[in-house]
Amino acid sequence: MSAIVTATARHPETLAGGLPISLSHVGKSFGQISVLEHFNLEVPAGQFLAVVGRSGGGKSTLMRLIAGLDAATAGRVAIDGHTIDRLHPSVRLLFQEARLVPWQSTLENVGIARGPDWQETARRTLADVGLEGREAAWPSVLSGGQRQRVALARALVSHPQILLLDEPFGALDALTRIEMHRLLERIWIERRFTTVLITHDVAEAVALADRVIVLREGTIALDIAVNLERPRQELADPSAVELQRQILDAV
Amino acid sequence: MADVSVAGFTADKGRRLSVTGLKKALAPWALPIVLLILWELATRTGLVNARLMPAPSTVAVAFWRALVDGSLIYHTLASTQRALIGLVIGGGLGFIIGIANGLWKPAETLLDSTLQMVRNIPHLALIPLVILWFGIGETPKIFLVAIGVFFPIYINTFYGVRTIDPQLVEMASVYGLDRKALIRRIILPGALPSILVGLRYALGFMWLTLIVAETISAPSGIGYMTMNAREFLQTDVMLLGIIVYALLGKGADVATRAIERRVLVWHPAYQTGEGVTQ
Repeated sequence: MSAIVTATARHPETLAGGLPISLSHVGKSFGQISVLEHFNLEVPAGQFLAVVGRSGGGKSTLMRLIAGLDAATAGRVAIDGHTIDRLHPSVRLLFQEARLVPWQSTLENVGIARGPDWQETARRTLADVGLEGREAAWPSVLSGGQRQRVALARALVSHPQILLLDEPFGALDALTRIEMHRLLERIWIERRFTTVLITHDVAEAVALADRVIVLREGTIALDIAVNLERPRQELADPSAVELQRQILDAV
Repeated sequence: MADVSVAGFTADKGRRLSVTGLKKALAPWALPIVLLILWELATRTGLVNARLMPAPSTVAVAFWRALVDGSLIYHTLASTQRALIGLVIGGGLGFIIGIANGLWKPAETLLDSTLQMVRNIPHLALIPLVILWFGIGETPKIFLVAIGVFFPIYINTFYGVRTIDPQLVEMASVYGLDRKALIRRIILPGALPSILVGLRYALGFMWLTLIVAETISAPSGIGYMTMNAREFLQTDVMLLGIIVYALLGKGADVATRAIERRVLVWHPAYQTGEGVTQ
């Protein structure tokens, strides 16, 4: 199961906003337990990839490797052709929890890295995720969905070329999740950063991604293109249902 | 939608304040007032020996006398000055070492186990030694206060730094914060609630240490005033000294609460109606 996987879905109009990710013969083990072995994956620039699998299947490990938070025990993880051994400056990460700094206002959280004109940039990005007027609010008064919006704005403010999402909508209620899907898809269409979404929700994967891979026991059990019209309507397309069934079978 | 509920909340709060606000403000004072009245009655009726336990009215007269002749203010200032110098020295050291040990493993390895050992010595047990070392001037009192406040501040600062959410620290590194920004924006503010708890404990120890130190030997201060009064069997002045200590302790507590409300505005526990609308 170590065949090099190539992209099967493409959006030819814009591929400029992202960087390609390449994993070759990557291995990762924690002590005696090996999570990934000879793992190969190519993510072309600008692709929206969803990684689906059961818990313990290596999804989060894969994402931490791409983010540079953990080092691979074997093989090579490369972004834009360069092997990474630490955090890549154009990679941003959305965690399962929003991880907002409680003692900083919404605006300060978005502009966490500060930098020139951070207030103005942060304000604009907040408006972009639909949180205009909430700049001064403390994170503790925001709802779960609003917090993830702030986290998304924080990730987007530096114009990342790769966005990694580690089940960021898992804790949200169904309606808020659909809102977040629409928001993320809209922003992705505008910016075309390479996106890796880790999720256990097959419907979410089909609703958002160009390509879905199923990760089972550290190997790719299924690699499938999702060629549906964008922007997508939640479950409107019968072929989406068929795709979901196919993916579920592989999980 | 949020605005509607917030407006409802403040309106509701305003109504409650106007109707039961007075009752609420007075409630904590009900018990002390009742006790004072009983105490006054007990001494007046001779149930309690007024020579050993003077009536509140007698203490009030003593208070007025001491206030008018300036001795009360003089002694209170003397005590407060010692307390604050000791607090700044001991608390400052506790804070610095707490931060250093929290952030830097070698410092912790070197210092923490020793400090934990020393911590268990009751610092007041040092009094005979301290008198030998420093005599009976200002130094021994400030020294004892400094030791008394050092440990609560040290332990809580260290604990505060250590219990910073590692997920936040990881987030900060993903978002490119350097070490200086990490300490200033994540670690120090995150440790602050714990540091303030340490400060509150420290203020308690501060007065406690000072009372004992001043009772042993001092040319001024509330402790001196009380011990001097004992020589002349002025029980009213002795009681007055105790009450002044209680008030100073209360004042310190009020001050820390005010600081907490100010610097912990972000904390859900300190948020008022206005904080929500921000």
